Amino acid sequence: MLREAYVSLVVFVRTFGALTLFLLELIVQVPRVFVRRFPLIVAQVYNAGSLSLVIIMVCGAFVGGVLALQGYANLTRFNAEDAVGIFAGFALIKELGPVITALLFAGRAGTALASEIGLMKATDQLAAMEMMAVDPVRRVVVPRFLGGVIAMPLLVAVFSMIGLLGAHMVGVMLLNIDVGAFWQQMQSTLGLRDVMEGILKSIVFGIIASLLAVWEGYNAIPTAEGVSRATTRTVVLTAIAVLISDFMITAWFLR
Amino acid sequence: MRIQRSCLLCYAREMTANDDNIIEIRDLWFARGATPIFKGLNADIKRGHVTALMGPSGTGKTTLLRLITRQLRPDSGRILVDGVDIADLSKSDLYKLRKRFGMLFQNGALLTDLTVFENVAFPLREHTSLSNRLIRHVVLTKLHAVGLRGAADMLPRELSGGMARRVALARAMATDPDILIYDEPFVGLDPISMGVIVRLVRRMNDALGITSIIVSHDVDEVSTVADISYLLSDGTVAASGSPAELNRASSELVRQFMHGMADGPVAFHYQAPDYAEQLLGRDSE
Repeated sequence: MLREAYVSLVVFVRTFGALTLFLLELIVQVPRVFVRRFPLIVAQVYNAGSLSLVIIMVCGAFVGGVLALQGYANLTRFNAEDAVGIFAGFALIKELGPVITALLFAGRAGTALASEIGLMKATDQLAAMEMMAVDPVRRVVVPRFLGGVIAMPLLVAVFSMIGLLGAHMVGVMLLNIDVGAFWQQMQSTLGLRDVMEGILKSIVFGIIASLLAVWEGYNAIPTAEGVSRATTRTVVLTAIAVLISDFMITAWFLR
Repeated sequence: MRIQRSCLLCYAREMTANDDNIIEIRDLWFARGATPIFKGLNADIKRGHVTALMGPSGTGKTTLLRLITRQLRPDSGRILVDGVDIADLSKSDLYKLRKRFGMLFQNGALLTDLTVFENVAFPLREHTSLSNRLIRHVVLTKLHAVGLRGAADMLPRELSGGMARRVALARAMATDPDILIYDEPFVGLDPISMGVIVRLVRRMNDALGITSIIVSHDVDEVSTVADISYLLSDGTVAASGSPAELNRASSELVRQFMHGMADGPVAFHYQAPDYAEQLLGRDSE
């Protein structure tokens, strides 16, 4: 029992170390890839972004709507329904925007990245690149990683924006909250620091979600089963890592 | 004095041999986990010849190719390409060396998101600064050589197995390599495609002065195309020589392999406990 715990601890530390080295390798390659393979990065931003855009807009609208409903139902007890704007704004920009976007991104784009790279490995495409003296990390992994890292903050911005519109639709148009109070209170309470927190989270989550997706794909066992496992692990690990780091960033901002 | 002279002779012989051999494998040991694959393998690949690596399934033919191209590293022993031990190469030197290799993977390994044209253009775009016009010229020439100029705009998923392999061959030739490596080029092809590939291998070799290495267990096809065959078995070279020599060989193993006999030194049955005992034994598990 103790021995098993020790073994899994060692495995965890090793994997974490390998993952960190992998991230460093990617970061070292970034400038070079940026200069020499810029079109590939653009293609991957488009790929990761457009894959997730519809789902993020739909979810954003409904999350905003739910926030307005819940906020109204509770704040109205204190005659504070004008504060629904503050409530929805804080929740979306600081927490739900980055977190839900990251989870949706993992489910939509992360799985696609992991399975694409895994299948390229399974069909010897990565080995073929190696044999053509093309580094697959540079050609395949780094552009996809960067695509995700760049797309995530943009997606978070879209999510939060649509979410606020959803809150406006439900709060102002359905529940008849005063439109001036809704937006004015939000504007006067939400500060730059709050927005920065959201942006920082979106960047960190973008790195986490993209890194785990390309890592799982690149290290997938090159069989049908291995690729499917890598895809599943991408979602599970991203969810865990995003929520843990979300807690840490929040705590750091509140210190 | 005599010893010294004979050593000098060996040395001289080795020198001339070195010039002939583009790849030399010396005392190669390699294991996957606890399973030994190669146990002191020695082989030479002669410049400008078609060399076949044959052997029953599971003897590590593909593994040997991956070792030669350093996709894998040996446990011990040396692999020399033009006299340079590839184990010592840095990543950039290794990539420089790999530009001299062209490899045809078993399933073609075409990049699935690129068209046939872009697949063949891929190594050119990566390694040269040729103009688009020139790249187009080269790609069409290579595609024409494999008879697939008309398929330039197709995607890999639209190709049949034989076509995909021919495109992969065009891609492997795109940068005019010195050494072309074919991993099981004949598997799963219909007789017509097979004949096409066999002729292409020979033609590339003779017309362009390329050294070719073929991994295969298709005895008949290999016999028509190879100059020298190595028969691998049990981690070493069991026999080598021209196809005709192998056909005449007296060794049990070579005869079993060359004539496709079901049982012989290579047993039909994988290692297993005694049949009767296993069937009649109690259900202990």
